[in-house]
Amino acid sequence: MIEKVIFYVFAGILLAAALLVITARNPVHSALSLVLVFFTSAALWLMAEAEFLGIALILVYVGAVMVLFLFVVMMLDINIAVMREGFSRYLPLGALVAVIMVLQMLLVIGAAGVDLSGFAEATNPALSETNNIRMLGNVLYTVYVYPFELAAMVLLLAIIAAIMLTLRRRGGTRHQDINKQVRTTKAERLRMVRMASEQKNEQ
Amino acid sequence: MSELIELAWIVAKIVALVVPLFVAVAYMTYAERKVISAMQLRRGPNRVGWHGLLQPIADALKLLMKEVVLPSNANRFLFVLAPMLAIMPALAAWAVLPLGEGIVIADINAGLLYVLAMTSMGVYGIILAGWASNSKYALLGAMRAGAQVVSYEIAMGFALVGVLMAAGSLNMSEIVHAQAGPIWNWFWLPLLPLFVVYWISGVAETNRLPFDVAEGESEIVAGFHVEYSGMAFAIFFLAEYANMILISGLAAVMFLGGWYSPFHGLPVLGPMFDWVPGIIWFCLKICLFLFLYIWFRATFPRYRYDQIMRLGWKVLIPVTVVWLIVVSGMVLTEFGPWF
Repeated sequence: MIEKVIFYVFAGILLAAALLVITARNPVHSALSLVLVFFTSAALWLMAEAEFLGIALILVYVGAVMVLFLFVVMMLDINIAVMREGFSRYLPLGALVAVIMVLQMLLVIGAAGVDLSGFAEATNPALSETNNIRMLGNVLYTVYVYPFELAAMVLLLAIIAAIMLTLRRRGGTRHQDINKQVRTTKAERLRMVRMASEQKNEQ
Repeated sequence: MSELIELAWIVAKIVALVVPLFVAVAYMTYAERKVISAMQLRRGPNRVGWHGLLQPIADALKLLMKEVVLPSNANRFLFVLAPMLAIMPALAAWAVLPLGEGIVIADINAGLLYVLAMTSMGVYGIILAGWASNSKYALLGAMRAGAQVVSYEIAMGFALVGVLMAAGSLNMSEIVHAQAGPIWNWFWLPLLPLFVVYWISGVAETNRLPFDVAEGESEIVAGFHVEYSGMAFAIFFLAEYANMILISGLAAVMFLGGWYSPFHGLPVLGPMFDWVPGIIWFCLKICLFLFLYIWFRATFPRYRYDQIMRLGWKVLIPVTVVWLIVVSGMVLTEFGPWF
């Protein structure tokens, strides 16, 4: 009973937040609504006993991706009036894309023959006794090890490419070489000077 | 009905944890002022109550009475929301922290992940506070804090991956159980580099000295909370100190054997200290780390911003990656008493 109440509360918040993402006038509000969407869907996944997926969603999307999103949105000076200008012009195209997406989803769900009895089995206490993370780890590193490593390689490539794009050496900048600073010795920095002491009453 | 009773029981447990936590935060400020003043040969607060012991309560009262000023061009909704977003994760993460044998609100299998997820959300309060204030100093502080927290989270996460490899579990209680034994059985010894990395990133995560460029008084007044006053400011303050205690508690659980006594399992000393409850040891370990926080603040000058970034990305992360490989080697060879 309580679980149902919790589910509907979270689902309601999720839908409302998802609506806010596209209707909010302020882009920062939109981004924050998206955070709320991720958070509530993580809560729904937790209720489906997919604790690893739920927490990973918060960790990756809420904790890292959306923070960067917010950074960018805050830095941009977005003129809302200009943004709204093409709304009516692009509306038919947007509606068409939406219809196609809904049809595709229906086809996928229809083809896989998804029915809700499968979910009941997943939340079977006997099955969920085993550790969610342990099961995922076992599958990822045995059955799906090649796709997994491939995905990791793609991500690594993306990182290297992104770093290479920003790594431009410009001449004439005053850069500090930390290694040089650390390795410096007394002889390089300090010069001892012997001076004769000055006379006391010489003005 | 039984579900309602269960809910009430959970709420009672939460209250029993949060109220002492707030008292601890209040007296942490007092301890900080006293310890720093002792290090600087001053007396510190000594007027309100015996040796100034009522000072934190006087401070809290003062903040409660003060007006919460809303800057005229601020984004009102986010300005009010930001302090709440700052304190929520700082409190939520306590749910999985075992204070003693079996004394934990939620003994879940994904405990460590949950902690990482919750601490990673703390940055929202800071960023939103900076942006919603509509002030350049606040925005600068928020940007600095955001970049710093995001970078150090990676090093911190990697350090905790080492712990989970060593313990073979993400459950916080099992991580402590894996360290059963005297002080040299705890994970700080085999995971020493990770312990140091974790602690440095923990100090950076909470934006404390020497990594407090987010607040840098001499550069950007007070950083992200420059426009906040009264209770709204107090909530940021609470969140910062609650986060410090949380990071210390996590360090105690992950690396210093949680509730175990340092003499656990030793022939003579072990039984001698058996009567001390585990929660006392746990609190003592937290106090040790909190003292380190204060000691750092009194000792180190503030890091320069680019050097903070360099330390996080180019020093701490490589150290953790190398040590993760070493840890996997130790786990495979069942090295020492730890694995």
